[in-house]
Amino acid sequence: MPKILAVGEIGGGQLKKASREVTSVGKKLAGSVDTVLIGSGAAGCAAEVAKHGAGVVYAGEAAEYSGEAYAKAIAALVKDKGYEIVLVPHSWTGRDISSRIATHLGSAVISDATEISLDGDKVKIKKPVYSGKAYVELKCKATPQVVTIRPNSQPIAEEAGAGSVENITVDLSGLKAKQVSYSAQATNRVSVTEADIVVSGGRGIKGPENFGPMIEEMADLMGAGVGATRAVVDAGWVDHTLQIGQTGQTVSPNLYIAVGISGAIQHMAGMGSSKYIVAINKDADAPIFKVSTFGVVDDLFNVVPVMKEELKTHYGK
Amino acid sequence: MDILVLIKQVPDTEAKITVSGNKINEAGVSKWIISPYDEIALEEAIRIKEKSGGTVTAISVGDDSVQASLRQAFAMGADTAIQVKTDSYQMLDSFGIAEALLKAIEGKEYKVILAGRQGSDSDNGQVPLIMATLKDWGVVPFAKKVELKDDKAIIECEAEGGDAVYESSYPVVVTANAGLNEPRYPSLKGIMASKKKPIEVKNISELGVSGEARIEVVGFEPPPPRPAGRVIDGADAAEKAKALVKALAEEIKAL
Repeated sequence: MPKILAVGEIGGGQLKKASREVTSVGKKLAGSVDTVLIGSGAAGCAAEVAKHGAGVVYAGEAAEYSGEAYAKAIAALVKDKGYEIVLVPHSWTGRDISSRIATHLGSAVISDATEISLDGDKVKIKKPVYSGKAYVELKCKATPQVVTIRPNSQPIAEEAGAGSVENITVDLSGLKAKQVSYSAQATNRVSVTEADIVVSGGRGIKGPENFGPMIEEMADLMGAGVGATRAVVDAGWVDHTLQIGQTGQTVSPNLYIAVGISGAIQHMAGMGSSKYIVAINKDADAPIFKVSTFGVVDDLFNVVPVMKEELKTHYGK
Repeated sequence: MDILVLIKQVPDTEAKITVSGNKINEAGVSKWIISPYDEIALEEAIRIKEKSGGTVTAISVGDDSVQASLRQAFAMGADTAIQVKTDSYQMLDSFGIAEALLKAIEGKEYKVILAGRQGSDSDNGQVPLIMATLKDWGVVPFAKKVELKDDKAIIECEAEGGDAVYESSYPVVVTANAGLNEPRYPSLKGIMASKKKPIEVKNISELGVSGEARIEVVGFEPPPPRPAGRVIDGADAAEKAKALVKALAEEIKAL
């Protein structure tokens, strides 16, 4: 079996969901996996990631984020220990570091896999291309193989690993590009790419004053993430960081609830790999209904308030 | 300040994509465009030039059809354009492309290299990062604001769970996020002038790109069909809403 390293992520000293996901994938593919965590409080997260199979947890303390430095440290680790496959979440960080890791290793990277398997020692993946209008199957020919995995696309398994901690060094000196400040998004909501449920609003919500009552309040009842279409963002109703679609975020939740969204192909590109899709739209001909598990053809302003009441009852709130 | 912009030509987002055999039927694509993020990168480069002077060069890898996108770049305001010519673009992976681009600009000095954060066809976003890493240049992906000082670039970008500001030495590679700017429509004058400007053509075979592909494209297939859905019935909106929440909780156990 090929030797696999999963690249986890931590935020605010906590293990991120993506770390559990990539570690679970590694364990499932090869029967054993090690995980590297870099950031402030890395060693403290070792026991958590070991629950998903991590044998060795490499912990690198770093006072600040640097894609440049993280990639160098991870590439050095891969070389040193002879890993053949490196699994990275396709997150902002993962996209920043994966190509750099592969370049340092003289190898190649495959991005945003939604399906992954082994063909002998080689990784084989599938991923959507052309806004989800086709899928491509790719295989790594070079070694080590670096693969990024779409967040939320793979099951998280609980299967304990040894979780023995080894420290690694991250050198933050002499950087070409250096982070001088960082500001976290002012929200207590789960990140939209990690959320199990996403509630998203389109032009059908009619105005910015309705985004709170029709989208955010319903999302908060379910502990869901919040998104919007490009039309809503371009109209200035919500911040563009909420945009889901071709020029926004790609999400892959268990449940995607599209409220007042017609389903332009650019939007579908960002949510088409969701497991279940619900559409609430008064236009029965809206393309979103073609991909929906459940469709409600009615006025969202009459549907959502009742849903909120039902959800309160369901969650005992 | 001389700026290089990486341009990828892709099928229009609305274009119909079909798979025949295990290949994409490219002849069936009705319209090709500059990848939307690359268009944002190009707009940013032109704005920098308009403010502080210098030149904008657009570069693209592909067969002669990519000249259409390079002409579009001229029409928007690019000064020069380079086509890295290959008829088997699909056989190149991101490393091949990065290597070819670097070879094609050897001997030229660009202080800033701008590109989209990812192509809208394959959504990889690898080439700019590979180029920067091969050359040990600064690279900042997902830029939302770019400010160029004499001795350093200050770049505001989207990061994990928030926003970050980076300072980079030159040369710097920057990838454009949505929200960086709103690309202009070319003027009629720009379109007329774009037809006469020369495109520098460099054959990939003469650039000495080493490349055997490191990624094998096994094949394309149509997207898997989604299981048939159903419309939630009910006498009025309230009934439908109740039935929907019930279905979410009991049928698919998603709540």
